Order: sequence, then C-alpha cells, then structure tokens
Amino acid sequence: MHPAFSVIFFTTASGLGYGLWFWLSLSFLFSPGGHGSFAVHWIGLALGFVLVSLGLLSSTLHLGKPLRAWRAFSQWRTSWLSREGVLAIATYVPLLALVALWLSGSGWFKPLAPALLVLLAGLSLATVACTAMIYASLKPIPAWSHVLVVPAYLGFALQTGGLGALALLASDEAPHAAAVLALLMLAVAMAVLKRRYWRGIDRGVMPATRASALGLPADRVATVFERPHTEANYLTREMGYVLARKHSLKLRRLALLMFGAVPAAACALTLLHPGFALPALALGAGSALLGAMVERWLFFAEAKHAVMLYY
Amino acid sequence: MTQLPPPAPKKLGLVIDLDTCVGCHACAVSCKEWNAGGIAGPLTDEQPYGTDPSGVWFNRVHSYEIAATADQAASTLHFPRSCLHCETPACVTVCPTGASYKRAEDGIVLVDEDKCIGCKLCSWACPYGAREYSAVEGVMKKCTLCVDRIYNETIPEESRQPACVQACPTKARHFGDLGDPDSKVSQLVAERGGVALMPELGYAPVNRYLPMRPRRGGEQAAAPAAPVEKLDAAALNPLLRWLDRTLSR
Repeated sequence: MHPAFSVIFFTTASGLGYGLWFWLSLSFLFSPGGHGSFAVHWIGLALGFVLVSLGLLSSTLHLGKPLRAWRAFSQWRTSWLSREGVLAIATYVPLLALVALWLSGSGWFKPLAPALLVLLAGLSLATVACTAMIYASLKPIPAWSHVLVVPAYLGFALQTGGLGALALLASDEAPHAAAVLALLMLAVAMAVLKRRYWRGIDRGVMPATRASALGLPADRVATVFERPHTEANYLTREMGYVLARKHSLKLRRLALLMFGAVPAAACALTLLHPGFALPALALGAGSALLGAMVERWLFFAEAKHAVMLYY
Repeated sequence: MTQLPPPAPKKLGLVIDLDTCVGCHACAVSCKEWNAGGIAGPLTDEQPYGTDPSGVWFNRVHSYEIAATADQAASTLHFPRSCLHCETPACVTVCPTGASYKRAEDGIVLVDEDKCIGCKLCSWACPYGAREYSAVEGVMKKCTLCVDRIYNETIPEESRQPACVQACPTKARHFGDLGDPDSKVSQLVAERGGVALMPELGYAPVNRYLPMRPRRGGEQAAAPAAPVEKLDAAALNPLLRWLDRTLSR
C-alpha cells in the first residue's frame, strides 16, 4: 500500500499526543498535590494538544476534498474512520473543560476534575483504538487485518506518550521507578509484539487466490498475458506499492533498535542512575517516536492488497 | 447512509460469459464514453497524449494464460473486471461521510460525489479494484451500472441497459435481475454454473461470471488418422494399371 506521509505523520504524532494525554491524566489523578509538577503537567497536556491537532490537520491533507471533512462525523454507526473523527473531537471536550476549570480558579479538587481526567484518558485511548480499527477492519489487506494491529497502535501511543511524559516530569522531579520499569517492559513487549507481527505477515497468506479472484477452479494456474492498461493506474499506484519491500529487513532492524533497544536502555539507565533521568528519557522518547515512524512507514509499504491478485 | 439497506428482492447486476469474451475492450471503451458524460462524469484522463497517461475507467479487461491440466488444454482467458454490486459491500460501510451507498430498491452501489471527501478508504476496502480515485476531481469514482441509462425513459427501450452490455460484440455480457430466479440472467447462471468472485471474503457479489466451457483435450484435438485407402488395381484400365505399378516401385 502506498505510504502517504500525511497519514504516517498523523498516526504517529497523534498517537504520541493521545499517549501524553493518557499518562498525564493518570499522573494528575494520582498525584494531584504537585507544585512545580503542576506546570509541567499542563505543558505536557498543551504539547499533546499541539501534536493531536497537527496530526488531525495533517490527516485532512490526504483528502481530495478537505473542506468537506466535517461530513466524516456522520457515519459513526458503520465506519471506523467516522468513529475516529467523532472521538477525536469528543476527546477535546474534557481537556477544554479542565482548562476552563483551571482558569476559573475553582480549584483542582472539585469533584468534577477526576471525572474529566478519567474521561480524557479513556477517550484518548479509544481514539487510538479507532484509528487502528480503520486498518484492522480491512479484510483485503491481510497485513492490516492481522490480530496484532490494534495492540501495536495502542502500544506505540502508550510507549511514545509515556516516555514523553516521563521525560517532561523528569525535568521537575526524579521519575517514579515503577513508571520507568513499566516503560522498560513496554519497550521489550513492543519489540516482541512487532517481531511476531512481522513473522505473521511474512507467511504472506492472502485472503484469496488468483483462481478464486478469476472464478476459476482451484487447480487452474493463471499467469498474466496482457494487462488492461500499459501504464500505471490508481490501483497499481495505491495498492501495488513495492518500493519498500526489498529494504524491509534493514528498516525493521532499525525500527526495533529505535523503539525497542534504545528506549529500554534509556529506562535501564534512569533506574540505575536517576541523575541521568532527563537526558536519557528525552533520548528514549525521541528515539521511540522515530522508531514508531519507521514502523508505521513499513506498516503501509509492506502491506499487500488482494486486488493485486489481478495484476 | 452507509448502513446497508435490508436485503431487497431486486438485485440488478451483470453476468459475464468468460467463454465468449474475446478481450476486445469494447465494454471498457463504451463504458468510458457513456460515463464520461453521465452522472459519474467527468472521467478525467491525465496526460492522455503524454508519456504516462492515466485515467479513471470502470471496466478493466485483463488477459491471462491458463496453464494446461491433465484433461484441459492451455488457453487464454479474457477477464473483464468491474464493480460486482456486492450484497454486503465493505466499500459502503467503511465510508465516513455517507457518500457511498447501496440503493435499497435495486442494490446498485453508488457514490454521491457531492458528499465524497476523497479519503480513498472505500477503494482500500474493495478486493475487486472496482473503485478508482480521480485526483483531478478529488473524489472516488465507480461503476454506476449505468443507472442513468437503465431507467432512462428518453432513450429507446432496447437501449435501457448498461453501455458495456450493449457494446459487447460477442454478447458476452448480460444484464438483469439476479434476485429473481426466473429472470434470463438467473437462468443463464443456473444453466452454466455461474460463479461469484472471491466468495471467501464474504462480500456476496451480485455479478456472476460464466466459466469457460471445457475444451477438448490436446490428444483428442489432433485430427483423426486418415482411413487407409485401398486401390483395386484389377479394376483400372491398362494404362493406369501400368502407372500404378511403376509408381509403386
């Protein structure tokens, strides 16, 4: 499948943003007393706002008619893309309500704030899950309908957002050892998960065969004699993207290094030498984000579409 | 609305005879001609006279070589590919805007181009490659089953069928109601064992393809050996008898 840069940027940047919102909501919820960290939490939430908003705007760039994007909120009964849009907007509501509460000076411990934080955390993850389901629901693309696609999208949002949140909080106070350990384990888990996913898609089981695509009995072998068109068309450009596959092995190793090994090492370093927490976690967060982008590029470029059975 | 309508008795669609299709592309060209000016138009071509021409077509005719099997000789298969107007089309349900829809009254799958945002998700959801995006218009395009023709009361009644069906010089394309078991197309499908494409994906296509008829095998196809002729030399006149004897030496 053709990897559109706007979609890769959207899914990774908004994943980071929603991950930040998720972790900082929980952090706010369970350590509400912070003083210096209060400002840092808000900086993180604002950063999430910028990332999510830029991502959503970027996602409209690959549309043929961006000005009609508002119509995409209407078909949430059947369409995961529509559900994603609705939830993306809904997630802004608790955030803006929190901002309003804060600005009105009505205090943090009012009963409304915890509910809003839980809502923000839940909607953030739900939006990422909807993004993943857009791909996971497409049966003609086995690399996308794979069972590990939704866990991977959620995992990368949690990992990049978690490392980003920890790096931000580390600028104020030593990070919680439990949180660092959790992200260390998440880095390992993501590496295991993606390796299993890649092994799965390498088996290359298409949901159909050329014989069934042509209505032939299963024992007849068809080879292309003549294509319908001499030049590329929309289908071969969009679904027949092959440029990446010959480099895929190197890129997979690079991605594993960037979202697996480097963040894991950064977390281990933070645990052993808390003094290095800020630079180590900042490096780990940046590396994980780049690794997630390489992984997302591969996610598109390596995916094969059933329509290519005809070509 | 991208929610599918309840199953309707009427299922308009095409039946394509792979036995008689000669791969002439007349269906594709005729389709392009009609639909460039119909409700789905324009079907813009980019660089039509350049080195890399590209454009939207609703019909694509593939040609394949089919390898021989134990009882079947190798053959050529011409395969016209177009929208199958599925009974449970994923291209409709994934649409975020309601631009894609399946008509309740006859099952035709259409795109309302005024609502389409050009997100291309429907084309990803279709394993048959029935939808082609027009970068010029910024919207998705697809076969309309010539909905602006089959119900068109301003054209002669015999013309009220899809352009591809009318254009086919070998009558390999048939149009009708596949929901009615007594219709001509349904009977044709029953008689010839018409098949659906990629039924394992579960989209329940309405269109059917009639398989190639079995060919005579390679050995049987060879011309039978000429019967041994016997010449009764005794019945010939002396000159011919002498000639026969001389030439037989």
